[in-house]
Amino acid sequence: MLRFVLTRFVSLTLSLIVASLVIFAVIEIIPGDPASYMLGLNASPDAVAALRDQLGLNESLALRYVDWVGGMVTGDFGLSYTYKVPVSDLVMQRLWVSLPLAIYALVLSTLIAIPVGLIAAAKRGSATDYSIMGATQLGIAVPNFWFAMLLVLVFAVTLRWFSAGGFPGWDAGFWLALKSLTLPAIALALPQASILARVMRSALIETLGEDYIRTARAKGLSRRQATVRHALRNAMIPVLTIIGLQFSFLLAGAIIIENVFFLPGLGRLIFQGITQRDLIVVESLVMLLVFAVILVTFLVDIAYAAVDPRLRRGR
Amino acid sequence: MKLPLQLILGALLSVFFIVAAVLSFLWVPHDVTTLAITQKLQAPSGTYWLGTDHLGRDTLSLLMVGARTSIAVAVVAVGVGMAVGVPLGLMAAANRGSLIDEVIMRGNDLIFAFPSLVIAILITAVFGPSAVNAILAISIFNIPVFARVTRGGALSIWTLDYILAARVAGKGRLRISVEHILPNILNLLIVQGTIQFSLGILAEAALSYVGLGAQPPTPSWGRMLAEAQTMIYTDPRLAILPGLAIVAMVLGLNLMGDGLRDLTDPRVRRTRA
Amino acid sequence: MIALETLSVSIHGTPILRNVDLGLETGKITGLVGESGSGKSMTALAIMGLLPNGAEVSGHVRLGDEDLLSLRETRLCAIRGNRIGMIFQEPMTALNPVKTIGDQVTETLLIHGRATRREARDIATDKLARVGLGQTPLSRFPHELSGGQRQRVAIAMAIALHPDLLIADEPTTALDVTTQAQILDLIRDIVTEEGMSLLLITHDLAVVAGMTDHTAVMKEGEIVEQGETETLFRTMSHPYTKALLKASSHQPERPPLPVQDPILTGEGVIRDYRTPRPSLFAAPGRFRAVNAVSFTLGKGESLGLVGESGCGKSTLTRAILGLDPIQGGTITAFGHRVGPGFPNALRSGIQVVFQDPYGSFNPRWTVERLVAEPFHLMPSPPADRRARVAEALADVGIEPTAMDRFIHEFSGGQRQRIAIARALITKPELIVLDEAVSALDVSVRAQVLDLIAKLQAEHGLSYIFISHDLSVVRAITDRVMVMREGEIVETGATEAVFSNPQHPYTRTLIAATPQIPEDWQEKAKHA
Repeated sequence: MLRFVLTRFVSLTLSLIVASLVIFAVIEIIPGDPASYMLGLNASPDAVAALRDQLGLNESLALRYVDWVGGMVTGDFGLSYTYKVPVSDLVMQRLWVSLPLAIYALVLSTLIAIPVGLIAAAKRGSATDYSIMGATQLGIAVPNFWFAMLLVLVFAVTLRWFSAGGFPGWDAGFWLALKSLTLPAIALALPQASILARVMRSALIETLGEDYIRTARAKGLSRRQATVRHALRNAMIPVLTIIGLQFSFLLAGAIIIENVFFLPGLGRLIFQGITQRDLIVVESLVMLLVFAVILVTFLVDIAYAAVDPRLRRGR
Repeated sequence: MKLPLQLILGALLSVFFIVAAVLSFLWVPHDVTTLAITQKLQAPSGTYWLGTDHLGRDTLSLLMVGARTSIAVAVVAVGVGMAVGVPLGLMAAANRGSLIDEVIMRGNDLIFAFPSLVIAILITAVFGPSAVNAILAISIFNIPVFARVTRGGALSIWTLDYILAARVAGKGRLRISVEHILPNILNLLIVQGTIQFSLGILAEAALSYVGLGAQPPTPSWGRMLAEAQTMIYTDPRLAILPGLAIVAMVLGLNLMGDGLRDLTDPRVRRTRA
Repeated sequence: MIALETLSVSIHGTPILRNVDLGLETGKITGLVGESGSGKSMTALAIMGLLPNGAEVSGHVRLGDEDLLSLRETRLCAIRGNRIGMIFQEPMTALNPVKTIGDQVTETLLIHGRATRREARDIATDKLARVGLGQTPLSRFPHELSGGQRQRVAIAMAIALHPDLLIADEPTTALDVTTQAQILDLIRDIVTEEGMSLLLITHDLAVVAGMTDHTAVMKEGEIVEQGETETLFRTMSHPYTKALLKASSHQPERPPLPVQDPILTGEGVIRDYRTPRPSLFAAPGRFRAVNAVSFTLGKGESLGLVGESGCGKSTLTRAILGLDPIQGGTITAFGHRVGPGFPNALRSGIQVVFQDPYGSFNPRWTVERLVAEPFHLMPSPPADRRARVAEALADVGIEPTAMDRFIHEFSGGQRQRIAIARALITKPELIVLDEAVSALDVSVRAQVLDLIAKLQAEHGLSYIFISHDLSVVRAITDRVMVMREGEIVETGATEAVFSNPQHPYTRTLIAATPQIPEDWQEKAKHA
């Protein structure tokens, strides 16, 4: 098991290195001179030269890359050109909105999807199953940000159960902060839960057809016991894959949905960075997002091995 | 063979939007390029079937032209994804376990680490926002999806005896991939194609909603939603209609995809027989 | 005592079993034999109450004073695994891959509330020792065991609660012949020792002859004949039983051909595979699948290659077909080195027929295109392609009108005929028959063997006949090679090897192969 974790960790590190090279190349090499790109066409040569100096653009590419990666490892993300403050300060505040939102949505999605999928599979072919399949089919088709608008319309504008947006900050109290993330998390979670429930259902139906379920029934297990004791754990294998993939959708979704709820998350920072051509902010944030996705893939791999003994011996 | 109900329903919905999009090239109820501020925020009426927006443009016409944008972006992205991903997947499967396979699969994993939104952010940061960016971002996202589906399907066929028979008949990997593998994974690819098509519609809407996709004055469903957001208290109609269009189109494509899968998956067919 | 009385089953209106009457006496072994689709497995599932959805059952299954068919599901759960145990065919998939074997054996005990967790573990250890897995820790997972070991675990699970009846549905069909012999011995010992009834379901008459006290022969959902095993074999009152027995020991007529110069020789052939790296930084390992194998095959000769799974026979086949490179030695055919660079013109002289009648054909091609595929080996396809395909099909007894149809329209036996037609189309001198009749039912197998023998005589073909089934190899080959762990341990004239085996492994193989006693077969032979 330890060797399996180590092998996966090596692969995680390699992925991070390659991803950082790609991001570095896109941001710092493709535009030609990032400094003049950031300042626009009308910039004075002096200003460009000053910015080049500040960004360290006169160094060799290799050195700049090493500086950038080294800085990120130690928590130094560079200085935002537009805000004139360290990017890490900007990121930290906002990360504590986007990340909890994505995780909140992931938890909701999983908590909804697994029982729903289980019920649909157990009652396969029944009216319950058909209603669940119909509802999830619809759920998949709904864009989360539009669903968010509808939620605002119903629960904030009409019923006034929630505020229409904004975030009081974690200092205002955990439950208050969580409440303000609830509508966005629901909007993010329901479409993903629809996908996950369908995966859960089909994975369970597939495992219920396996030979070892028949063996279990021949031992005297009831249908329900065979499902819970034998099918569920095997069905979790494909479900885990989807949960891992969903995290990256949810993170991206969180960034988009912030717009609907006026949440001070990474999304606004990143879109402002784009309009203001603040490449430093964009570069670091993109790396951070990619890091989060790769990290979750790593965790899912470990979870796989915990569920499936066949994977533990390393690959 | 009896066609599944969901296939018929899905195909009808999808065709409805495709026809609307194609029709918009020839005719729309009202021109969407000219603004008529005097006519702004009209409720649905005989003249404006679905009303007008804050700039006095006809909502129905905007939806029709918006369908064009969404469908065009999604279709091109599926096309690029298939054109690049399928040959890569075939190549990886034909050379299973080799360096080529390893490189293709690790490259796939790498792209999977970049959600399409992140790709769009990177591209937009360097080249500025445009509809082409959305196409590019979604295409790049589609490539590993098709490569993976192709490789997976191809690998299971490579283990079959008729491949061995073809090799005994002196056929090379390329010819076998084209003559034997591709025709037998075509149904998989068509099903995946419809799924990616619907995901493309959703992704295009999201990207243009945050301003990384189609730029004004090109109408798109995502932009319509972004513009409607500020008026959600005064005129929710503008926020609801484009969303419904997206839901109906995506639902149609998904139903069609599921129907096609049921039709072509021998396992499903067997349980129904 | 368990009694099936007028048991009938239909699924979605299609009759599967018709008025089955069968008594399973305590301490006796009953064999249920028949070809695929005859309803053997459905009988077992009907007894267990595990029929698929949509099945309608009538009749009675009496266990003691209860009728299993009228019991509620909860009561049936208490009976399954407790009073009736069952073993299935596929040991590779019959165990849950994510649970240890210990947990899976103790589950039988725990689910029926017959032991505490601690007692259950002790009993499980005992039972695993009883099935010959005394050295295997309870903490092992199924994927760490071989097929034979897994089947032993399945047996331990089935007998953990000392059931009245044990049902074994083709328990050894997926296993090698030596493992089969061990598992059958084990099952027989346990059943006799513990005084259980055993219902043994199999397609193999020889297994039935060697194992059972009572035999029932099933055909299309009906028991056509049943009785005390020896009497049944000796009298053979029903024509179907007679035909089945005749087909199972079928000897195709093979007029002796003058053996001519060798067309294929192998000298010291070595085939290595790379195995995955044991750790991230270690060099990849090597596995020698074929080790210093030499052979010759004369024109018009039929050479058998027998061995158990994993012995390297498939690897050797691929090397002979020139599909894979070899790492040592030489294979020469028609005076030219065989390998990936073997010229196409010569390749057309060696063709092949595979085992699986379902996977051997591209489902999207017409029969004409399928049979004509080897024409790719010719510089240009012949102008009379359609006529040539028709001729090859006629040779194997398939109507030429089949040309425009697709493969799913044909039965397993017909598909193997079409596969032979494909092999014949380039008029080869050598055809490699890789387990070509192994997937067929005995009666169809007899017909295909006749066809193979007829074609050899007509076209002067040479065959390499690869099989795990010794009786088939004995019936169709002139010389035989016995392969084990990548090496040829014995080679010689077929009759000589089988009647007087020299190598201990050959002897083990022959001894392990189930046989119907010669004197039981008198009636069938003279019929």
